[in-house]
Amino acid sequence: MSLSLLWLVPTLPLIGAIVNGFGAGRLPRKVVSAIGTGTVGLAFVIAIGCFAQMLAMPAEERFYVQQLFAWIDSGDLSVPVRLALDPLSALMMLIVTGVGFLIHVYSTGYMNHEKAYGRYFAYLNLFTFAMLMLVLADNFLLMFFGWEGVGLCSYLLIGFWYQKPSAAEAGKKAFVVNRIGDWGFLLGIFLIFVTFGSLDFGRVFSEAPSRLAVGSALATAIGLFLFVGAMGKSAQIPLHVWLPDAMEGPTPVSALIHAATMVTAGVYMIARCHILYALAPTALLLVAIVGAATALFAATIGLVQKDIKRVLAYSTVSQLGYMFLAMGVGAYTAGVFHLMTHAFFKALLFLGAGSVIHALSGEQDMDRMGGLKAHLPRTHLTMLVATLAIAGVFPFSGFFSKDEILWNAFSSSNGGPLAGKLLWAAGLIGAFLTAFYMFRLYFMTFHGASRVTEEAKHHLHESPASMTLPLVLLAVLSAIGGLVQIPLLDGGQRLDAWLEPVFADAARVAGGAGHGAAAPHGAHDPGLEVALMAISLVVALAGIYVAHRFYVADPAAPKRLAERARAFYQTIFNKYWIDEIYDAWIVQPIRRGSERLWHGFDAAVIDGAVNGIARQIERGAGLLRTAQTGYVQVYALILTLGLVVVIGYLALR
Amino acid sequence: MPPTVPLVWYQILAAILFTIGVVGVLVRRSALVIFMSIELMLNAVNLSFVAFSRQHASMDGHIFVFFVMAVAAAEVAIGLAIIVAIFRNKETASVDDVHLLKG
Repeated sequence: MSLSLLWLVPTLPLIGAIVNGFGAGRLPRKVVSAIGTGTVGLAFVIAIGCFAQMLAMPAEERFYVQQLFAWIDSGDLSVPVRLALDPLSALMMLIVTGVGFLIHVYSTGYMNHEKAYGRYFAYLNLFTFAMLMLVLADNFLLMFFGWEGVGLCSYLLIGFWYQKPSAAEAGKKAFVVNRIGDWGFLLGIFLIFVTFGSLDFGRVFSEAPSRLAVGSALATAIGLFLFVGAMGKSAQIPLHVWLPDAMEGPTPVSALIHAATMVTAGVYMIARCHILYALAPTALLLVAIVGAATALFAATIGLVQKDIKRVLAYSTVSQLGYMFLAMGVGAYTAGVFHLMTHAFFKALLFLGAGSVIHALSGEQDMDRMGGLKAHLPRTHLTMLVATLAIAGVFPFSGFFSKDEILWNAFSSSNGGPLAGKLLWAAGLIGAFLTAFYMFRLYFMTFHGASRVTEEAKHHLHESPASMTLPLVLLAVLSAIGGLVQIPLLDGGQRLDAWLEPVFADAARVAGGAGHGAAAPHGAHDPGLEVALMAISLVVALAGIYVAHRFYVADPAAPKRLAERARAFYQTIFNKYWIDEIYDAWIVQPIRRGSERLWHGFDAAVIDGAVNGIARQIERGAGLLRTAQTGYVQVYALILTLGLVVVIGYLALR
Repeated sequence: MPPTVPLVWYQILAAILFTIGVVGVLVRRSALVIFMSIELMLNAVNLSFVAFSRQHASMDGHIFVFFVMAVAAAEVAIGLAIIVAIFRNKETASVDDVHLLKG
């Protein structure tokens, strides 16, 4: 297979979206499923082909550009639609099409009873197309196109059940919060264009080290603006509020968009722009701090949520925080590694949760689950693998990726020697909380006494093969996915080697500048690394043990503790009242201001001017109207008088 | 050669007839009378034409008069038809009762 087939990878899902979109309601379900899954599956096959082709090439030649057509060509601005394949985008392409394909297959089972089946697959295919454009873009504007495309599809799919007011509201919330992030991203793009006169990745990144000084205000500003965009898309503090609400969408959507792919776009963007961040250590430090804070903060909220999908949503926010922490300490490979393993185990967790919800006829409250182990054997087993992976238990994938991040944070020197240790400590506490809340979810769902309602018990069944097969495949990936990057083993760091051509220049830029974002592999102390690994493993096991104590050994304990620490419990149960604070401090003032503008300016000034003119014209017309009496003889009289005046004038002149 | 009536007398008569027509159009309410007044004005003009034509020994004025009479006949036919149609609908021939077209 040749790399020139690359254009088919995004085009196939687009064709699927068009066919399913226009055929919605007319095509039979079997055809919709075949087109929906087939196009993505074929794209996955081609992606594997391209990946294999690249693997066969020497490391320094692994770069391929395919120009499709000119998009914008105006003055200095020239933006082609051009796809670029390098080790990073190839990896992302594999994740998007591979996990995407499994979720498409799962959807054929999960959405089977759904009326708007065609519309669902049209949106899902369109999302895959947009995400692939984002990943494969070779300039900022095309990336922004994909960025907005995935945002649109996210909005459409969160509000898929638009008849439900909460789903429509959640869709709007996601869209509006993402606009704030996009505002930052767009300003960053403008700043890049003003600085470099080009939006091309190749030109911007190769010229950046010579045009921007390390730590200069301009570099920092670009980094911060781009990070605002990443914060919006990847749900980091303070723009994290939309992701938990996004769980109103169908569960496979949560798995694909709000766990495995779209929300990682921010991480991917920062990894892509790593050279710009290498030049802006302050911005990078902020990325690390926001990431660590989010990882910790979202984990605490996840401790007490009752809705199974909401726990997973906060867990996603928290895990994305880890990825940003990795970006922030300059450990791009570790961040991308965690992005990959997270795509596996979090997609699996969501799909497993979907399988549970499906089995319980739509029940999402964990207080009405329990003891499902016997009824859902395959779901239970795969979920257990995913839970072990996310908790960071050796040798599951999450252990390797999370540990690599923590190790890199510990040895980071950006922002002083203490900063790295603090970031590591935050990550470690987060890891403990993660292990705890994930096993809380696991125990509450599958173990203990059954709290399932009688009605749901009646329909209890294991999901069909179309749903369990993706679960099994993802479970395998979650279990062994970490083996691509084994620490301390010679030749074990395959991912490092694969991504090395992409990220090598960051270390060079930073290293050449002396005090940039430090390359953390400088001082490698194997003993220390093993010690840190042991600590995080102990912490993860401790989290699991505590969860077992609370939810299996003594099920009354959580309630007692919640009573004792009532204020704290209420605070985290209500998500630190962030939504309420935003509502009171931002949404309501804007609302009041808008209302004032509406009444004060729009209604009074603009409408006043328009209506005033109309009223004056009406009044003038009313005066003139009285001349039109309708009596023929009045007209005749006026005519005669006029004639007399004219003749008189001519005669007496 | 018999003594001729001076041209100005014809003109005075035509002016008187025309004025009577104008006043009739302006003051009478009956559509039929207004119509007759219009005919009076037309014929006042005709008289003036004929007088001038004779004075100048030219046939132009006569030809004008024939045209005016022919057009007036056609106009009368249409005008009477309209008046009859209005009378059928509104049972009146008074122009004051027909004033729908107003602001």
